[in-house]
Amino acid sequence: MMTSSTQHPDRIRISGGRVIDPANNLDAVLDVFVADGNIAAVGTPPDGFIADHEIDASGRIVCPGLVDLCARTREPGQEHKATIASESLAAASGGITTLCCPPDTYPVVETPADIELIRLRAEAAGKARVVTLGALTRGLDGEYLSEMAALKKAGCVGVSNALRPLANTQVLRRALEYAATFDLTVFLYADDHWLSANGCAHEGKVATRMGLPGIPQAAETAAIARDLALVEQTGVRAHFCRLSTARAAHMVARAQFDGLPVTADVAIPYLYLTEIDIREFDSNCHVIPPLRTTEDRQRLRDAVQRGIFSAICSDHQPHDPDAKLRPFPSTEPGISGLDTLLPLGLRLVDEQVMKLGELIHRLTAGPARILGLPGGTLAVGSAADICIFDPELTWLLDPSTIKSHGHNTPFMGWELKGRATHTLLAGRLVHTL
Amino acid sequence: MSTASLQLDAHGRLKHFLSIEGLNNQLLIDILDTAESFAGVTEQTVKKVPLLRGKTIVNLFFEASTRTRTTFELAAKRLSADVLNINITQSSAVKGETLLDTLRNLEAMHVDMFVVRHTDSGAAHFIANHAAPHVSVINAGDGRHAHPTQALLDIFTIRRVKGPDFGRLRVAIVGDILHSRVARSQIHALNLLNTGDIRIVAPKTLVPAYAESLGVHVYHDLEAGIEAADVIIMLRLQRERMQGALLPSEHEYYELFGVTEEKLAVASPDVTIMHPGPINRGVEMDSEVADGSRSVILEQVTHGIAVRMAVMSMAMHHQKKVTQ
Repeated sequence: MMTSSTQHPDRIRISGGRVIDPANNLDAVLDVFVADGNIAAVGTPPDGFIADHEIDASGRIVCPGLVDLCARTREPGQEHKATIASESLAAASGGITTLCCPPDTYPVVETPADIELIRLRAEAAGKARVVTLGALTRGLDGEYLSEMAALKKAGCVGVSNALRPLANTQVLRRALEYAATFDLTVFLYADDHWLSANGCAHEGKVATRMGLPGIPQAAETAAIARDLALVEQTGVRAHFCRLSTARAAHMVARAQFDGLPVTADVAIPYLYLTEIDIREFDSNCHVIPPLRTTEDRQRLRDAVQRGIFSAICSDHQPHDPDAKLRPFPSTEPGISGLDTLLPLGLRLVDEQVMKLGELIHRLTAGPARILGLPGGTLAVGSAADICIFDPELTWLLDPSTIKSHGHNTPFMGWELKGRATHTLLAGRLVHTL
Repeated sequence: MSTASLQLDAHGRLKHFLSIEGLNNQLLIDILDTAESFAGVTEQTVKKVPLLRGKTIVNLFFEASTRTRTTFELAAKRLSADVLNINITQSSAVKGETLLDTLRNLEAMHVDMFVVRHTDSGAAHFIANHAAPHVSVINAGDGRHAHPTQALLDIFTIRRVKGPDFGRLRVAIVGDILHSRVARSQIHALNLLNTGDIRIVAPKTLVPAYAESLGVHVYHDLEAGIEAADVIIMLRLQRERMQGALLPSEHEYYELFGVTEEKLAVASPDVTIMHPGPINRGVEMDSEVADGSRSVILEQVTHGIAVRMAVMSMAMHHQKKVTQ
């Protein structure tokens, strides 16, 4: 699919690395053989394999390219913030080979032409696969269903209304039913619009002290309770995006136990930051849903470890500087996250929240399965989307090292450990450190 | 940067005045004492001192205000400063100019101090963070966050009436705590002075989450809340909040939370009645209470000038040190 003009060898041997492929229960020091864009073999070379190029991965980890469930490239419509080209470059340098974009671009992703445009731009950039969610309702207006069958045919990996509210519960029910007709996964943001309206911080002690309009926990849990009832009613496959509260994790766990077809994810900043981080009106910590309590953070970490959340995403939202240069409530929410997804993930392993294999699963096979994509694995015959990283390499996140156009991250200035040294996309080297 | 390090210089003196949080007890008392010395000035025939002669102060108001802006203007003029009033409720915002652009343009006119009111919590912090090093910022109210000069003038008034020992005082704040920057600043100031008992009194719809964490006792019944109170501070109830999902009607609010002479019977006999103004008579309290002998509502207004003179001169004093 890639048309970039860069020279690339057809046959690559990745030697001496610790290969971790959770989808195949593999964790061993092995060589990986790539031919014609695919994984040709793992361990023993195929007959007559002669490498055009060898990558020495000793001391490094070789895993599937990361699959990011939610990244906004800002294209089309907000190219002053970032572009598909700039952000797929940032993805590649962060070991990410697949980006999934929500449909809330300008214009909204609601027709096959919108999907085609994004696909063409991504191919021209040639650094990462970019897949899209289609709009659940026309123009995300929350009232009229989108042409989901056409969207699916054009290649969208699911449908979502992003953060926009639906007019009423009946529209939601019909939208879920219609999506289920075409076996489309619906990506739901658990937010009761009325409870969260005008809020910009978790309704808790910190927001009370700072006088910031709050978003209560119930904005999330009331929505999940409603959505779960409708999932049960309609039989649709649903994915809850960016959950932020302990209670929500508990509700999803319960629904999974009851056999409902629901999955969920968390964005990595929520595994580190809490309401306390907004104390000095740090607009880089202005996110939706808001950062919750330390108790919530702990429970979210547990839920990822236990697999209740089968994916960790970056929830990448690059901004131009002006978007954050305002008083806190007037700033645009979101954190630029492609550069930090892998190293912040690895820090969870260092902090003994989960094992390395579990982490890599949540960053590769887990999200790939939610998206219904064949990737996220090093199985023989699959596309050679590969991330090779040095788990011990420490580096400073600063304006000179960050690759995303969006510099809006509260992790700026952090010393991070672990960095992608090589990224392969369909057997082609798209990043070397 | 923390609030303390943002509003104080390396010697712990005022550089900006953004919130009561971040002040220490001694600095708060210094401001009150300085205000006390200015209170005399406002009572003289020639009500001016030359402390800020040649300085330019801009009242930068992004939200409508008459009382606060007027007292800041008077305070500045009595300190002999030049004052410029700029109301940006709509104009620049509509034209698309950002807050930062507005600030830079005014700085280019060699302004020494901004007095800022804004609808966003944290706006004064934001401006202080981005202002040129020689410029001081005074918070005249930001969103629901802080209104520190109002709180100080209330504290100043209480100190004048009740004396300096706050430890033996029971203070009840009645009304819309949820949306009130005044209440938040008052609570911080009262806690800084180790007030014996701080209470807030309101229906649950007007109390913020985890209000106790501010260091107050929460009451939902007026008579229980003001029992044996030495000071009752009523908050203004915004008209638009009187009907709808927060409160059913003015009538029911007055029935339950409006202060009348009759209900005051449970308070301390020498209770002091305060209100930051403007009053909704017959909603927060009846006229008998507002105009009664225990009301100090007009004194609050007078004291507002002295307190603002104190804060402005102390923050400017810092500037003098910078330039020397």
